[in-house]
Amino acid sequence: MSREWPLWEIFVRGRRGLSHVHVGSLHAADAQMALRNARDLYTRRQEGVSIWVVPASAIMASSPEEKDPFFDPAADKIYRHPTFYTIPSEARHL
Amino acid sequence: MSEERFGQAIAADQRIEPRDWMPEAYRATLIRQIAQHAHSEIIGMQPEGNWITRAPSLRRKAILIAKVQDEAGHGLYLYSACETLGADRADLLDMLHSGRQKYSTIFNYPSLTWADVGAIGWLVDGAAITNQVALCRCSYGPYARAMVRICKEESFHQRQGFESLNALAHGTPGQREMAQDAVNRWWWPSLMMFGPQDDKSPHSAQSMEWRIKRHSNDELRQKFIDMTVPQAEVLGLRLPDPELRWNPARGHYDFGAIDWAEFRRVVSGDGPCNRQRMEHRVAAHDGGRWVREAALAYAAKLRQRGNGHHGGRPDQEEAVA
Amino acid sequence: MTEQPALASYALRLGDDALILSQRLSEWISRAPQLEEDVAMANIALDLLGQARTLLTYAGEVEGMGRSEDDLAYFRDDRQYRNLHMVELENGDFAQTIARQLAFSSYQLEMYLALRRSRDETLAGVAGKAVKEVTYHRDHATQWTLRLGDGTEESRRRMQAGIERVWPYVDEMFRSDPLEQALAADGLAVDARELRPGWDEYVGAVLRQATLTRPQTRTAPGGGRQGLHTEQLGYLLGEMQYLARSHPYSRW
Repeated sequence: MSREWPLWEIFVRGRRGLSHVHVGSLHAADAQMALRNARDLYTRRQEGVSIWVVPASAIMASSPEEKDPFFDPAADKIYRHPTFYTIPSEARHL
Repeated sequence: MSEERFGQAIAADQRIEPRDWMPEAYRATLIRQIAQHAHSEIIGMQPEGNWITRAPSLRRKAILIAKVQDEAGHGLYLYSACETLGADRADLLDMLHSGRQKYSTIFNYPSLTWADVGAIGWLVDGAAITNQVALCRCSYGPYARAMVRICKEESFHQRQGFESLNALAHGTPGQREMAQDAVNRWWWPSLMMFGPQDDKSPHSAQSMEWRIKRHSNDELRQKFIDMTVPQAEVLGLRLPDPELRWNPARGHYDFGAIDWAEFRRVVSGDGPCNRQRMEHRVAAHDGGRWVREAALAYAAKLRQRGNGHHGGRPDQEEAVA
Repeated sequence: MTEQPALASYALRLGDDALILSQRLSEWISRAPQLEEDVAMANIALDLLGQARTLLTYAGEVEGMGRSEDDLAYFRDDRQYRNLHMVELENGDFAQTIARQLAFSSYQLEMYLALRRSRDETLAGVAGKAVKEVTYHRDHATQWTLRLGDGTEESRRRMQAGIERVWPYVDEMFRSDPLEQALAADGLAVDARELRPGWDEYVGAVLRQATLTRPQTRTAPGGGRQGLHTEQLGYLLGEMQYLARSHPYSRW
């Protein structure tokens, strides 16, 4: 297990009638704390605002490359670079 | 193939997003620049944060808390942007704490009086804004978006610094002297914030080509000076440069020589507060480790007990009011 | 407006609680265990400062001697401050700060909930706004009490120690006196004794869920409402006030 708090992506709906929009990310140990921190950081506690927090590792992304088939069976992480993935502790030299 | 797309996007002034192909050097340069920007925000909390408990009026205290809180928030937005490039915040903090990554040298100067808080707001934030507006059009999407958010929040910081100094400059003789002394000490370091002169900046050309950097150091420094000199006149405070004067032929203010030896000394660790700023930062981080570990241990227990989530679909949730 | 010294005193008590605690929490800014907590602490400190400013300003108006919020904050000595001992305690480690937050926010929320019904428009208004803020403060303290109490062995040890440190100062929060009781009888103030059962229930539940033990400590003598403080307040005020006092009759 990582010794630091995992990464969460934050989506905020600023007003009724709008959709949730991605605003950034933060670190929290669990979902409740992520929601609280997101409120402090991204909404300064405005009333009536709705916040979604999602573990960054749970988000699947399509590839932006136009030549890649959209329905790529290897659906991938949102961030391209390998440091983002959890490396099992047994695997060395990674 | 992707390399061509990258080049085309840059040439067309489009944004590069996290999953786009990018040259490794582009990625490395951005990680370093964004991280150092984030580190600057959090180290910057110290010289101003120093005065929260001593602010001389409740209104000033409230303004200062809000400002320093914003700086923490800005650091968080920037770490967030940096993480989209595959960097991990914990690693970035390690690099800050070990000195492998730097922060803006301006924060290695001490905030000796209340007037310093105003001077920092006026000059240091003024310089930062001059830089930041340009970064809102940086080629890397997450960084540009973080900068837009930061610029929106930053607008009140500089105004408040100016207002505070203005009250001092037009106050009692003691207050006026305090204000002038602070300006005397913060002017030259603020000019150094824009970095070395263009002909001494080897990496600038590549950064400009990749549209990470949109204006040169000298350009931005001149812009800042041109903007600030008239403001000093409104304040009725002298800027400590006898060679500062309007040059009608150039359409800009001429100014005196910057002491680059001092700049190099402070950058390399010999400024007045380098050690203290780092010790403070490391103490907070190390001292808080047991707290962070406790939160993780609790989260693990929640998962074991099967109630790590609220459950239900997001669109059925109540507004978090 | 006719001078109302009793009402002024009462507003000052509530205002001083908020001001002194805001000052203590500000000490955490740039020192918190995680950047996200620097933001959270600053938020709470700002909310409390806002409450303090409104209450101190009102106390000055009602007192009728022309004193502003700053006159009251910066030019009263510690024997004239009317805050509870709970809020002037040193921060200690993060667990002790959270323990103090749990104890005080829970009291303050009960108090503001009741104060919303005050016949005094200003006090009712302050209370109405503060209820939203302090609900959040209490929730923050609760979440952290759970995480520290039920986290690691070290965090539980520290959280228990934090609770033990602040517990002697709990009783004082629920003491009343003739000044307060007279105002409460007039529908203006809240009798603090009435707040205890609600507080006991809430805090008791949190401690249980956090696997912490309710302490059996002696009660400290108190006296904050009468201007008798711990030795800590003098140092806190020294830091807070020295600059303003060095430049009297100045504007900032």
